[in-house]
Amino acid sequence: MTLLKRGVRSVLFSELLSGLMLTLVYFFRPKVTLNYPFEKGPLSPRFRGEHALRRYRNGEERCIACKLCEAICPAQAITVEADPNVAGNCRATRYDLDMTKCIYCGFCQEACPVDAIVEGPNFEFTTETRAELMYNKEKLLANGDRWEAEIAANIERDAPYR
Amino acid sequence: MPRVTINDIEIKVDAGLTVLQACEVAGIEIPRFCYHERLSISGNCRMCLVEMEPSPRPIASCAMPVTDGMVVRTNTPMVEKARRSALEFLLINHPLDCPVCGQAGECDLQDITVAYGANQSRFQENKRAVPDKDFGPLVASAMTRCIHCTRCIRFSTEVAGVEEMGATGRGENAEVGTYVEMALSSELSGNMIDMCPVGALTSGPYAFSARNWELRHTETIDVLDAVGSNIRVDSRGNEVMRVLPRLNEDVNEEWISDKARFAYDGLKCQRLDRPYVRENGRLRETSWDEAFAAIADRIGKIMGAKGRKIAAIAGDLACCESIQALKDIMTAFKSPHMDCRQSGAQLDPRVRAGYLFNTSIANIEDADLCLLIGSNPRYEAPIINARLRKRYLMGGFSVALVGSKADLTYSYEYLGSSPHILEQILSRSHMFAELMDVAQKPMLILGQGALVRPDGSAVLATTRNLANKFGLVSHGWNGFNVLHTAASCVGGLDLGFVPEEDGRNVAGILQGAESGEVEVVYLLGADEINTTELGSAFVIYQGHHGDAGAAAADVVLPGAAYTEKDATYVSTEGRVQQTHLAVHPPGQARPDWMILRALSHALGKKTHYDTLEELRAHMVHTNAVFAEVDVAAANRTARTEWTAFGTTGEMNASPFINAVENFYMTDPISRASKTMARCTNTFHVPYLNITGTNG
Repeated sequence: MTLLKRGVRSVLFSELLSGLMLTLVYFFRPKVTLNYPFEKGPLSPRFRGEHALRRYRNGEERCIACKLCEAICPAQAITVEADPNVAGNCRATRYDLDMTKCIYCGFCQEACPVDAIVEGPNFEFTTETRAELMYNKEKLLANGDRWEAEIAANIERDAPYR
Repeated sequence: MPRVTINDIEIKVDAGLTVLQACEVAGIEIPRFCYHERLSISGNCRMCLVEMEPSPRPIASCAMPVTDGMVVRTNTPMVEKARRSALEFLLINHPLDCPVCGQAGECDLQDITVAYGANQSRFQENKRAVPDKDFGPLVASAMTRCIHCTRCIRFSTEVAGVEEMGATGRGENAEVGTYVEMALSSELSGNMIDMCPVGALTSGPYAFSARNWELRHTETIDVLDAVGSNIRVDSRGNEVMRVLPRLNEDVNEEWISDKARFAYDGLKCQRLDRPYVRENGRLRETSWDEAFAAIADRIGKIMGAKGRKIAAIAGDLACCESIQALKDIMTAFKSPHMDCRQSGAQLDPRVRAGYLFNTSIANIEDADLCLLIGSNPRYEAPIINARLRKRYLMGGFSVALVGSKADLTYSYEYLGSSPHILEQILSRSHMFAELMDVAQKPMLILGQGALVRPDGSAVLATTRNLANKFGLVSHGWNGFNVLHTAASCVGGLDLGFVPEEDGRNVAGILQGAESGEVEVVYLLGADEINTTELGSAFVIYQGHHGDAGAAAADVVLPGAAYTEKDATYVSTEGRVQQTHLAVHPPGQARPDWMILRALSHALGKKTHYDTLEELRAHMVHTNAVFAEVDVAAANRTARTEWTAFGTTGEMNASPFINAVENFYMTDPISRASKTMARCTNTFHVPYLNITGTNG
């Protein structure tokens, strides 16, 4: 009986047709693939990507060199130095972040009392050389300037849950 | 002894203790801000509230004396609530600026808030803001953070003895300050920074340079005066970031002088980091081998003189290891010319008791009379002065001074400045002799100012007679004290780094160098001598700073400062103490004993020790006192003998002058320090005498 059924299916190409049918259904369904890098998927506002140092709206750096990020970093990727000669001003003279050490845990942005260091939505920061992954303060501030709109929007979206 | 029950534990405590102290005896910690065991009780922070039966309200445990049968509870909901409320009040006006506060990480308020604080405040109004005060170059202030515990006020009034701080205003308008804007004129002002439980008073030079959790701590000894204060050097990388006191009840309690605390920035300036040789009148950078070759070459030329043309002077900061190594080299060359008394003080090296602070610093508290001779302990040893003031505050302590008048922070009887007053006391023709007769445990402090004179040896002998006549030296008590100003001096005398038979002392060496009889002079960190008198002698300078000695040298060998080596120093009370390496010496500089050992090889007079342990064993062989570390001469099992010292002779009538003129600059390290330069500008006496109309 089973042999007979199988024989009939083969003669009538029903397997072939059902396969083609499935192809046809998916042909008219919306696509799940993205045309990366021209299209990108959605990201959580908590996404922890490339780091950035933010500024206040008036252009003042947020970072006050409290070194809490340096202290909490489990990978010891952050180095902050303050200059006592500009005492009272309280600014980092050096803010180095070794992106090859970073494990993207997000502790630095949790520790930051002024929302200066944040992990932004950018995940496309591959480099050709290792040295380029040693970020300094200028690079991080430039990141902040470039991504400020997205970062600020993400922080606002996440705020109700904090 | 009252019997108290604390949290159902019944203990017996000494009468007179407070409840807080009794709790500490029972091993229960009570949070506190205003209470400090070395200051008087003020009871104004209300953090130490505990429950006591049958009182319906909580009591302030720091201010309540224990009574027999007292029942105290520290872990009830009521106590918890009282502490939480007290903390909430304290936090009403305390700013939330921990991230930029220098105290963060070692802040009492921060720690106790974590333990007791609520995470929300019910206070909706604006916090108050207080303008910062100018307390001078050492203490930085952020008075908005002040919680009015008044520890700084009590410290300056009680311990430092300068009644300059106080609180003005009441309630919300209360402010701590100096009434009129002025720098704190105390040599102990830095301790206020440690006293402050919050970040209101912080270290000015250290501000924003590091956070305390990134520092490495090294326990070591201060050598900028002869007290041997116990300190902790905090470093980051290869840089000393700050210096803090370490508890040692027998020496410095928990205070250190401002010089010990703030002169560390001198360790980063003017350093010798490579060897130099003089060529055509200028110092040229060179290698160790070349520098040693230059010395060997020069010494080789005068070998026929059997070493009598070589002389050595040890400076104020030289460690015992290097003094021993240099002495061994001098002995190998059969040279008798060496001296560690750089200032020319006529100390007698034969009798150990004759150059020590025999009473010991802790035993000052047992004395009932003190005669200061040619000394200003406030500038020569602020820690000893603080101990004298502590004794003075206990009452029944009379102090008299023969020397130049000064503000010592306690009242004293001024006897005059002439050495002949000593003779008058000795012959009982002076009124003060009666007081000395009555005293049970009298002591005297002989300053370096009385010994650097040409008649210093006679002053020493007269003082010894004085001590004998008035019973300063009796069974179990020795009231004869020499107050040193140089950390190396006692160690040098213990190791016998003094002229041998027919040897020259410092003055003799300089005279010989000028006249050409001494051809090679080895300066082991000696900077306080008159270098113009070195004449045409070949000068070798080994030290860590480019000061007077290096400027006059023909060969400069870079050594290590006290934070950069494991070394031994002997304090003025004969206490052998060891420093520990906190950071490495800069550049090619090396620990001093290693330099001397290498030099001995280059000169063909090899020392028989290759390691620090062997060298220290050799030191113990030279003098057994080096075997016992951190024991004052007064507490040693082998008592120092009291035989004759000094030379009896006529004292001339010229008045005693003090050895330390400017407290903030006494050695190459503090002279290179910018902080100490600012202090000199602010506090040094000639500036204080300037009136408002002086230009």
